[in-house]
Formats: sequence, C-alpha cells, structure tokens
Amino acid sequence: MTAADERLRRYPFNLSEGLEIDPAYAEARSAPGLLRVQLPFGEPAWLATRYEDARFVLGDRRFSRAMAAERDEPRNQPYRRPGGILSMDPPDHTRLRVLVAGAFTVRRVEKLRPWVREIANRLIDDMFTAGPPVDLVEAFALPLPVQVICELLGVPVADRSRFRVWSDALLSTSSLTAAEFARVDGELRAYMADLVVARRAEPAEDLMSALIAARAEDGDRLSEAELIDLCIAVLVAGHETTATQIPNFAHVLLARPTLYRGLHDEPDRVPAAVEELMRFVPLGAGAGFARYATEDVEVGGVLVRAGEPVMAAIGSANRDESRFPDAAQVRFDRPDTAHLGFGHGVHHCLGAPLARLELQEALLALTSRLPGLREAGEPVWKTQMIVRGPRHMPVAW
Amino acid sequence: MSWTVRVDATACMGSGVCAGSRPDVFRLAGRHSEAVRAAVPPDDAVLDVADTCPASAITVTDETGAEIGPRP
Repeated sequence: MTAADERLRRYPFNLSEGLEIDPAYAEARSAPGLLRVQLPFGEPAWLATRYEDARFVLGDRRFSRAMAAERDEPRNQPYRRPGGILSMDPPDHTRLRVLVAGAFTVRRVEKLRPWVREIANRLIDDMFTAGPPVDLVEAFALPLPVQVICELLGVPVADRSRFRVWSDALLSTSSLTAAEFARVDGELRAYMADLVVARRAEPAEDLMSALIAARAEDGDRLSEAELIDLCIAVLVAGHETTATQIPNFAHVLLARPTLYRGLHDEPDRVPAAVEELMRFVPLGAGAGFARYATEDVEVGGVLVRAGEPVMAAIGSANRDESRFPDAAQVRFDRPDTAHLGFGHGVHHCLGAPLARLELQEALLALTSRLPGLREAGEPVWKTQMIVRGPRHMPVAW
Repeated sequence: MSWTVRVDATACMGSGVCAGSRPDVFRLAGRHSEAVRAAVPPDDAVLDVADTCPASAITVTDETGAEIGPRP
C-alpha cells in the first residue's frame, strides 16, 4: 500500500471564472495515493483524481451517498441542502429512479429529436431577427433546455423567470445565508406542490401526470414529498447543466475555429464532438457529493476506512492521460469516449440521453446556421455556482 | 424457475447504473456491463434495474422466453 500525501489542502482548486483546470490535479494524478482536502464546511475528505479511482468510487456499492446525511458532509456552504434522489442509495434510490427513468431512455428521447431541432432552429431564427450582438445564453442556451424540460415535465414555460431565480439560488455555493436558502427552497416547493395539485385534478401527457398516477396506484412507492422533490430535481437538473454546457461548448469551439468550421462542413461529427466536449470541459468548480465508505476499501493504493468520505474529481479524471492520451487536446476522433462527464454508477445522470440530444441539436443548429459565429466581447462568468459557465456570452456572426 | 438476463453490449453505454445497483447480477467488464450469470431467480428488483438502464440495453426474459423487462 502506498503512503498517501496526508497534507490537508483547501478545496476546491479551480477558479469559478473560466473553464481552466487547476494544475494541482495533474500533479495529484501523477503522485501515488489520494489527496486529503478540506472544503469550506464539513469534515475533510479523500479526493480521487485519476480516472480508474474516480470511476471505482462512483460505481462501487460499498460507497454510500445516504450516509452523508448522518455525517458532517464536506460542502461549500454552511447549511445542508435537502436530500433528494442524489442522497439515496439502492434500493430506495432505485425505487424512485425507476419512476422517472423510462421518460429519459435513449429510445424514448430519440423520438423527441425533430421537436428539439425545431426549437433550436426557431431560436436561431429569432437571433437573426434580433441581429448581432446577441447574448447566446439568454437567446439560445437557456430557452432551449427550458422549453424541452417544461414540456416534458408539465411546467408552464411562462413561469421561466420565476423558477430561474429559484434554480440559480439552489445551485449557488455560497451567495445565500441558510435562512435565504430555506426561503427559496420553500418557495420552489410551494410552487411545485401547487402545480401537482392542479395536474392531479387535470392530468396531461407529461411526466408529472405519470408520477401522480404512480403515486395514486401505490402510495408506498412514492410519497407526496418525494413526488414534489422529484419534479424539482427534474426541472432544475433538467435545464441548468445543459444551459451551461451549450455556451461552454461554444466557448471552447470558438477558441478553436478549425474545429467549429469542421462541424459546419461535417455535421456527422457532431455526436463525437459532444462526447469529446463532455470529457474536456471541467464543468464543476470542484468535486462534491462525497461518497462514504461503508467498510474499509482500498482506493488508488490508500485504505479508506469505513465511515470516511471520498470525492471523485470528474474534471480531473476526464483529463487522465493514462485513459485519454493527449487529454488536454480537443479531438473528435478519439476511439475511447467513456468519459465521466455524466458521472458513473447508480447516480449516473438520469437525463444523459436527453442532455446528449439537446447538446447535439444545439451544436448542429449553431454550426450549420451560424458558420461565422464569434464571441463579441468577454463572457460574464457565473460565480459561486456548482457548475461553471457563462452567465452572459455576447456573440456575433 | 429462473429468469434470463442479457446486456446488449452494442447498446450499453457503460453508465454503471446496473452494476452499482445490483452487483450480484451485473458487473462492468471493461467499457460495458454484463450479467454475472445469465440465469437469476425471479426478482422484481431486477426488472427495476432493467427499467432504469439509460441505454435500454438490459433485457429480462422469463422461463417461457417472453420478454418481461424492461417494462413498457
């Protein structure tokens, strides 16, 4: 067993502005063992930075998310976030996941492609009408996934500005006090609870109605609180990350005009480009969602003791040269696309097939219709959010 | 009486959802998942796992050969 470097480091490493990855990760990957890190709040944790180690921690049943609730979980803010599906282990986790998973399988989602393409193209039409410069986030990246998830879930698109505020607040890492967080969380829950009541009275062809029916059929399978939680999770996770990755992908590509132009010339490469960009972009400012060892487990040559938390640094794992040669380069011809951008294991992004489809259609619409796209000024970056990306990104063409 | 579990390696995206949920039934072999043993005792929780596969790569058939998972 390798001796670990037990020095406790302040975490997260990455700056919240921009998409750079801190050099500390490359250093950690080349050294034996795991790192010991300290987030602003909670207990210290192990940090896995190599691909194999990160994937192992995310995928092995001996690591628990549920145990975090009993512990002083590493976190960026003083208060604790409400649990939800990401804080559960199987079989509880499976019981909830199975209720929504059917709506997001590759097969089911593929049927939505023509509709998503139409939305993307309509947004580009509107950009032409408005004329440059346009904020890519407000005009394209945000409305696309918002329209899709609202329609699928059964939330009125007209309420977009209301739940944007809540969603922003919930994913913020430190701009809120505990009391403010509780207020925002309460407002969003009340909003969703009202929608559920309305939909129960008047069901429709959407996921919320399907969940309501599942609860009516068997109340033990899904409590009212869990139903509301799930709807919130689908709404927030269903648009925020995609809305952030669209401008991130554009930012990376526009800094490499040959690649952007290449997608215009060869649109068949868009799916490969999406996988590569999912690998390349370190979305999070840092790892989170610590997994607790339920027994002693060896990870990367370190014996993690039962009850100790380990975090998987996905952005770092995706840049691991031993898995992805030439990892710091963006290349659409990689034979191995098994990145961890959607996570791994039981918490692997539930909406991954939908996110893939939206990202593909977004890139396709941008590269095919705006071959001359360019940034018209510096993007304004979000700060203190779980995910990194532009809040505003002025573009011209 | 037993059910048969299969993973379609061409459809599998290696998400690890199945192996993480039921390591006694599924395991990751390189980039793809596979059934630890093809035959498993009837167990609704295995159908749940088939339902949650994002790639719909898992099929479960009963002793008559009828496909029972993933459920529609």
